[in-house]
Amino acid sequence: MFQVRIHGRGGQGVVTAAEMLSVAAFIEGRHAQAFPSFGSERMGAPVVAFCRISDREIRLREPIQTPDALIVQDVTLFRAMDVLEGLSPSGYLLVNTGKGFADIHQEAAAARLPPGHAQTIGATELALAHVGRPAPNTSLLGAFTALSGLVSLESVLEAIRRTFPGKVGEANVIAARAAHDLVAARMAPDMQTRKDAAHA
Amino acid sequence: MLEQLEGSKAMAKVIGLCRPQVVCAYPITPQTHIVEGLGELVRTGDVQNCEFINVESEFAALSVAIGASAAGARAYTATASQGLLFMAEAVYNAAGLGLPIVMTLGNRAIGAPINIWNDHSDAMALREAGWFQLFAENNQEAADLHIIAFRLAEELSVPTMVCVDGFILTHAMERIDIPEQAQVDTYLPPYEPVQVLDPEDPISIGAMVGPDAFTEVRYLQFYKQQTAFRLIEKLAHDFKKQFGRAAGGLLRTYSMDEAETVVVAMGSVNGTIKDVIDEMRADGILIGLVCLITFRPFPTRALQEALSHAKDVIVIDKALDAGMGGPLASNIAIALRNLAQTPNMHSVVAGLGGRPVTKAALHRVFRQAVIQPWDGPHFLDLNERVIAREIHRKGKARRSGPSAENVLKLLERERAEKIAAAEGTGR
Repeated sequence: MFQVRIHGRGGQGVVTAAEMLSVAAFIEGRHAQAFPSFGSERMGAPVVAFCRISDREIRLREPIQTPDALIVQDVTLFRAMDVLEGLSPSGYLLVNTGKGFADIHQEAAAARLPPGHAQTIGATELALAHVGRPAPNTSLLGAFTALSGLVSLESVLEAIRRTFPGKVGEANVIAARAAHDLVAARMAPDMQTRKDAAHA
Repeated sequence: MLEQLEGSKAMAKVIGLCRPQVVCAYPITPQTHIVEGLGELVRTGDVQNCEFINVESEFAALSVAIGASAAGARAYTATASQGLLFMAEAVYNAAGLGLPIVMTLGNRAIGAPINIWNDHSDAMALREAGWFQLFAENNQEAADLHIIAFRLAEELSVPTMVCVDGFILTHAMERIDIPEQAQVDTYLPPYEPVQVLDPEDPISIGAMVGPDAFTEVRYLQFYKQQTAFRLIEKLAHDFKKQFGRAAGGLLRTYSMDEAETVVVAMGSVNGTIKDVIDEMRADGILIGLVCLITFRPFPTRALQEALSHAKDVIVIDKALDAGMGGPLASNIAIALRNLAQTPNMHSVVAGLGGRPVTKAALHRVFRQAVIQPWDGPHFLDLNERVIAREIHRKGKARRSGPSAENVLKLLERERAEKIAAAEGTGR
């Protein structure tokens, strides 16, 4: 079972992101469970959503405490709470920011993870450019497929289309693909290094 | 067809397939998405011949459902928590009048203190109102139980509550098999009322009954519930034949081979418990589970059969009777009191007001029950430090203030102390 925790703020589509990720896994014939942290829903308040993906029926109902991957939709949350709590040492970290980990004072967190497992992406900028709204969730999911390979980009794009039919969906698909391509390009040398290491 | 759906949306779809004729709606978290979904299906014409009525309160919601049901319509509504309490008088009336209304309860805690999160307090508060109460383990069952509920309610003319854990199920998205309309139609025939308000053939429903007959009318209510056990099992059997998967019934057992310790629980917590049981079995511990689906009528005999060989029985309650303990534990104790060998009973109160019931906590408490049993209810993951501080504080002054606010202040202070300590070690 692979467990993803998504942090963001009310209005950023955090719950929808977890749901779309679960739909992408469902499209691939897997079991998936998405659920919110059940807080009072207010614009701007910290929101957490969860997604479990497995090849077997998922019976577990506890909140995800030791995620295999973290998606942080709002970089200001690092100051508000322990976003990184429980993140697996072999896990993945994806943060919505146009800056690097050093600029957001999360260098140490990124360094604790295996090489290439921590990435940043300016998802809000991509969403503004392609969708015209500062909703970073779909771009982050696109980037997440490149980072983790948990589900394919095509499945995520299909999940986005199912969630937002029509023009809005297509604009989000473009944003998600752009985010994927940016991270994939950055990952490529990493992949090469890892291969070299394996052959050494 | 398999779909990845939010629990509430799946329930709305399946309730729609049950061809309700009147849906009464008044929103309350966490049930709202269900009636919203049904409203949408009625508006788009996916559900035909259905009157969707927005009412002004929960009391009105069930009152309108009572009127509709008495006029011969298949009537449905949904509520939760304070909403159920606000309609309490109508809840008793629906049962006393023998009107087969189906109602979803998106289980949520009852205030004060106000809390919108999940536990079973609402269902437990009205467990004696005369309704059937069925508890869903997951969203597939939450959807499926509604099909069974309409048939059960209508065959016996007893209203039926489908209890679904608020948020944990209502707001969770998972894979759900939505049946075909034809399948549902085969399983659930059109509603044939045993009593109906018909201008062509006038009768009255709701007579005043004095001491000479009240006991008899009540006895008949009791009798009907006592004769429902076989029907509930038959409906589960028929459901499996028609839809190819299990749903409903009195109870379901899991991992019971040579089980010395048996856990009893209701609702979605059973999923987490199953994972814990698998892990404990792997450690060689003989532990099993009875997942109770039908809470009313209370299946005493089925529970006796399932639990008679257990040495220890651990009952998980997601509700608290403040003057007694866990209501499910009390009911189970009554069910088992006449067994030749009564198992050791252990009561656990867990998941109140949305407190997560974690695997780690269940591992601890299941092991502790056998090695180091306790008296009365055990409150899972209770913050004993905060309790001790508050009891101590209350002992010192008469005007000690409201507990809820005091506990929140203590927690705030603990957090501040923790941050200060962390900064101290940082330097």
